[in-house]
Amino acid sequence: MKKILILGAGTAGTMMANHLQHELDKKLWEIEIIDEKVEHHYQPGYLFLPFDIYTPEDIIKTIEEFIPKGVSLRKGKIDKIDPMANQVKMVDGTSIAYDVLIIATGAKIAPEETAGMRGSEWQKSVFDFYTFEGALALRNKLREWDGGNMVVHITEMPIKCPVAPLEFAFLADSFFKNKKMREKVKITFVTPLSGAFTKPKATEALDHLLQEKNINIESDFAIESVDNERKMIIDYGGREIPFDLLVTVPTNKGDELMERSNMGDDLNYVPTNKATLQSLNYNNVFVIGDASNVPASKAGSVAHFEAEILTENILRFIKNEPLKEDFDGHANCFIETGGGKALLIDFNYTHEPVEGTFPFPGVGPLRLLKESRMNHMGKLAFRWIYWNMLLKGTHIPFVSAQMQEAGKQY
Amino acid sequence: MEKEIAGKKINVNEEGYLIDFNQWDQSIGEAIAKENNVDMTPRHWEVVKYLQGEHKNNVPLSIRKIGKSNVIDIKEFYALFPQGPLKISTKIAGIPKPASCL
Repeated sequence: MKKILILGAGTAGTMMANHLQHELDKKLWEIEIIDEKVEHHYQPGYLFLPFDIYTPEDIIKTIEEFIPKGVSLRKGKIDKIDPMANQVKMVDGTSIAYDVLIIATGAKIAPEETAGMRGSEWQKSVFDFYTFEGALALRNKLREWDGGNMVVHITEMPIKCPVAPLEFAFLADSFFKNKKMREKVKITFVTPLSGAFTKPKATEALDHLLQEKNINIESDFAIESVDNERKMIIDYGGREIPFDLLVTVPTNKGDELMERSNMGDDLNYVPTNKATLQSLNYNNVFVIGDASNVPASKAGSVAHFEAEILTENILRFIKNEPLKEDFDGHANCFIETGGGKALLIDFNYTHEPVEGTFPFPGVGPLRLLKESRMNHMGKLAFRWIYWNMLLKGTHIPFVSAQMQEAGKQY
Repeated sequence: MEKEIAGKKINVNEEGYLIDFNQWDQSIGEAIAKENNVDMTPRHWEVVKYLQGEHKNNVPLSIRKIGKSNVIDIKEFYALFPQGPLKISTKIAGIPKPASCL
């Protein structure tokens, strides 16, 4: 019996468990998946929690209910991967041998990377919304906050869901309007990038939306520290931005397991072939989702497209066939713009998000890079799709793993 | 598009970054620096040469990596190339603007 071992039962790992359970011959292969947590969180929901749009119950289920029968789930903390010995060592001392390893350990925030960020004001006037605890603490704060300077801030790229901070700023604008206190709040969006987004056409559209919603933008801001006493963020050039409420996205890093195993780069991401998803250093190791260093967005949609291609490549690998160089960096993201509307963007390594129609060229019904109610419905429907289709590895009709160029205005 | 820099016709993109590094020489770097209000000193050139070397070796550039490079710390990098040091220094170096990896 041979073994495929999956590290991490989040979005990417769970999808791989479901895909492989369907595809592999169970007489020859066993599949095991390891995670130290009990709960599976719908991470896109963290964006809605602070505004009381979702409740905690909407976004939490158990890991177990999404792991298919026939795949064994091991709960525990991993100490180290020994890729030379094809072994994973658990903190409790157990060793697990594998034939093929899939790394799906994700990324998480590291506020300790910035001086003063996790200081005396942490979760008092300095918040994150990339963790459940952070989003919940921010919800409680927003329920009673009476206004002032709100600063929405990105520390450095890459981050998970790169559009989430913008969405947060848009939703905050709506939230305060609904509470009839928008005039008491100054919203400033602070980014290390030169504009709202890295890709030119989307930046244009999003910069315009920021203006329309009276959200100030401070670009090219590389934070050096948070001054808890003076309530300022300060960048390396000495620029200071005051806040009463700082909503920051701290540096994101891969799992520390990669550092312990000496398998990560300086941010603990695993060097990965961007077209095949095979590790650059070990043939029988594959990497999916936020854990890899491929230059694609760190987003659930990306992991979903990767999973379809990685499944095929793992089947090829175990048959000793050449891998398909098929992953094109495809990402597909709804951007909540507040007021019951959303934008949709669809892009890959080489093609930036542009205007057009999706998924049917010329028809839609979704419009790319334009605000619409239909896109917002799409975003809300996505939670259902996530729990009921995406995690189970069900193909989403009409949406291909590789990006389509038809229906787009390049 | 073509742009005249230091008396030579140079291929650049919409943002003014060189498309072909082979067209780069020190006078081009000097002219781009001037346009961006940077007075080049030997220390500036040291950093520019380092960035060109990293680019040649296909190392993706980021502020964080440069801060850990032992060539220069982030504070000094900002002092040399104020307001967006990575953007400005790569333009002077004649290499592409670093993709911020989305």
